[in-house]
Amino acid sequence: MPAPEQHRLIFRHIDEPGYTNDIACYQKNGGYEVLRKAVLRKPEELMDEVKKSGLRGRGGAGFPCGVKWSLVDRKSGKPIYLVVNADESEPGTFKDRYIMHQDPHQLIEGIMISCFANKVACAYIYIRGEFPEGAKILEKAIAEAKAANFVGGNILGSGYGCEIYVHRGAGAYICGEETGLIESLEGKRPYPRIKPPYFPAVLGLYQCPTIVNNVETLCHVKHIADFGGEAYAKIGTPGNTGTRILCVSGHVQRPGYYEFEVGKCTMGQLLNEVCGGPLPGRTFKAVIPGGSSAKVLKFGERYKGKRKVGADMVDYDWGVEDIPMDFDSLAMIGSMGGSGGVIVMDDSVSMVEALGNINAFYSHESCGQCTPCREGSLWMKKITARMVHGTARPEDGALLKSVADQIAGRTICAFGEACAWPTQSFIAKFGDEFKGYAQAKAAPRPAETPELV
Amino acid sequence: MNLKPETLSRIDEVITHYPVKRSASLPLLHLVQEDQGYVSQEAIEWIAAKLELQPINVYELVTFYPMFRQKPIGRRHIKVCRTLSCAIMGGYRTCSEFQKQFNTGLGEVSPGGEVTVEFVECLASCGTAPIVMIDDELHQKVDAARARELSNKIKAELAPR
Repeated sequence: MPAPEQHRLIFRHIDEPGYTNDIACYQKNGGYEVLRKAVLRKPEELMDEVKKSGLRGRGGAGFPCGVKWSLVDRKSGKPIYLVVNADESEPGTFKDRYIMHQDPHQLIEGIMISCFANKVACAYIYIRGEFPEGAKILEKAIAEAKAANFVGGNILGSGYGCEIYVHRGAGAYICGEETGLIESLEGKRPYPRIKPPYFPAVLGLYQCPTIVNNVETLCHVKHIADFGGEAYAKIGTPGNTGTRILCVSGHVQRPGYYEFEVGKCTMGQLLNEVCGGPLPGRTFKAVIPGGSSAKVLKFGERYKGKRKVGADMVDYDWGVEDIPMDFDSLAMIGSMGGSGGVIVMDDSVSMVEALGNINAFYSHESCGQCTPCREGSLWMKKITARMVHGTARPEDGALLKSVADQIAGRTICAFGEACAWPTQSFIAKFGDEFKGYAQAKAAPRPAETPELV
Repeated sequence: MNLKPETLSRIDEVITHYPVKRSASLPLLHLVQEDQGYVSQEAIEWIAAKLELQPINVYELVTFYPMFRQKPIGRRHIKVCRTLSCAIMGGYRTCSEFQKQFNTGLGEVSPGGEVTVEFVECLASCGTAPIVMIDDELHQKVDAARARELSNKIKAELAPR
C-alpha cells in the first residue's frame, strides 16, 4: 500500500519559500484570527473543545491534553501558570526547533488561546539553552504580538490579559521532565519533584497550579479552537487524533520531518517510501521509534496479539514495517511513540556500540538525585565503554541487564525508565551480539565505520 | 564586577519577569557569562547578592548546568554533537578533525587561543547530522571535509591583519 500524503497542519508553512517569521507574514496568512474569535467565547467552551478533540501531548508521554487541563486546581485562588516545554532534548527529536524558528507566532497564538481557556495569569516558554537564536526569535515575536495587542494586558479588548516570557535553560536534559523544569524555572537545580504531592496541576511553579505543555501540543490547540474539537477528532485515528510530526534521523536516504495524520502511516511506509529506504547497499537493522529512550525495534521480529478495531477484537501479526505510527500501536508492541523521534540504524552499526553511545548520554544527563539512576546509568556506561575499548566478556550482556533491571521503578521521575529501557531492549533483542562482541570486534571492518563510543 | 552598562540594564529588566527573584538566576548567569566569557567566583557572589541568595545557591547551578563554565575558553567555541544520530553519521570523526585542525584536546583552549572544542549532547537537529554549533551559530551536515573548511574560515577570521 502506498504511503498516505502528508497532512501538514502544524508544519504548513515550514520551509515555504517567502514565508518569514515576523507578525506581518503570519497575519497575511490568517494569523491571530483564531485568537480574535476565541476571546469572544467562554473559556469553558474552549476547554471543552480541547477535551473533545482527543489531543494527546506531543512531548513524550501522550497524556490527553484536555484531561491535563481539567486536573488544574481552580479553587485554591492561587494564580495559574502555563509553562511551555520547549526544552526539546530527547535525542532524535527536532520538530519544535522548526516551529520556533520559522513560525513562532503559531506557537504564541496557541499559547494565548490556551491561557485564555485556562484563565492563566502568566506564561513562561522554557527553551533549551542550545537554541539561542530561537530564544531571540521568540522574544521578538512576543514583542510584536504585544504591540498588536495579542499578548499583554486586556488583549483585543476582552478584559483578559497575560504576559509571556522566554526563559532559557542551560544544557540539562532533565529540564524536559516537567517537575525538573519547574525547579529550574524557580532558579534551582532541576531535581524532579516527587508525585504525589507535587502534581504540577496543584503544586507546580511557586507551589501554584501549573500547566506544562509541549510546543507542538499548544500549536494543535490553535487548530482545535479553529475547527472545533469534533472536526479535529476526525483527523487521525480514534484515540490517536490529529496529526503528528515524525522526525527521522540516521541511516535512510531522506532523513527529515514529516507530518501525517496519526496512525495513517506505517513504519515501513515512512522509512521505505517517504524516506527513500536504506542507504545504497545496506539493509535496515534496528529502529528506535520515539526518541532514544524508547525501546528499540529489530527488523525481522514479529509482534502478535489482539487489538481493538472499532468494537471488535482482531488478531494482528506485524513486522516492524507494518506498525502504524501512533501512540497506542507502538505501546502495544512494547515500545512508545514518545516524542516522535525515529532513529534508524542499518547493518553497519554494532548494537553494542550504539548502546554504549546511548548509555553515555543518560549517564551524563542523570540529575544524580536518586541512587539507582545515578549509579546505574554510570555503570551501564562504564560497562559498555569497557566492552568497546577494553575487554568484552560473554557475560556482560547479563550484567548490563541486571543493572538496568534495578533502576526502573525505583526513581522519583521517569528518567529511571528512560535510561533502563535502551539497555533492557538492546539485550533482549540483540543478546547474541553482546555475547559475541569480543569476536566481532577482532574481525576486520570497513575503514569508514563510524566510532560511536 | 565590571559589567557593561547594557548587561546591567538587561539584568534589571529580566528580574522583573518573575514574582520570585531567585527565578532570575539562570538568566543572570547567561548574561554575565556572555559579558565576561565565563562565570568567576566574584560573579557568583555578585549574582547571589543581586538576587538576595547565598553564593552556594548560585554556585550549585554553575556546577550542574553544562553550559556554564568557570574558566575562560578560546575565542570561538566549537560544540560538536556526540549523541546517537550524529555519531552514526560520523560525529566523532568531525570532532577529531576540529581537534586536529587546532592541535587541541577536548575541552581545552587551543595553543593559539583560537578555539575550545567540546563534545556536547544532542543539539536537536538530528535530521541533518552531524551537527556543530560554533558560538551561537548552527552548522549542519558537518563531515570531516566541512570541519576543515569551517576551521580554515575561523583561522582566517582570527588572523592578525
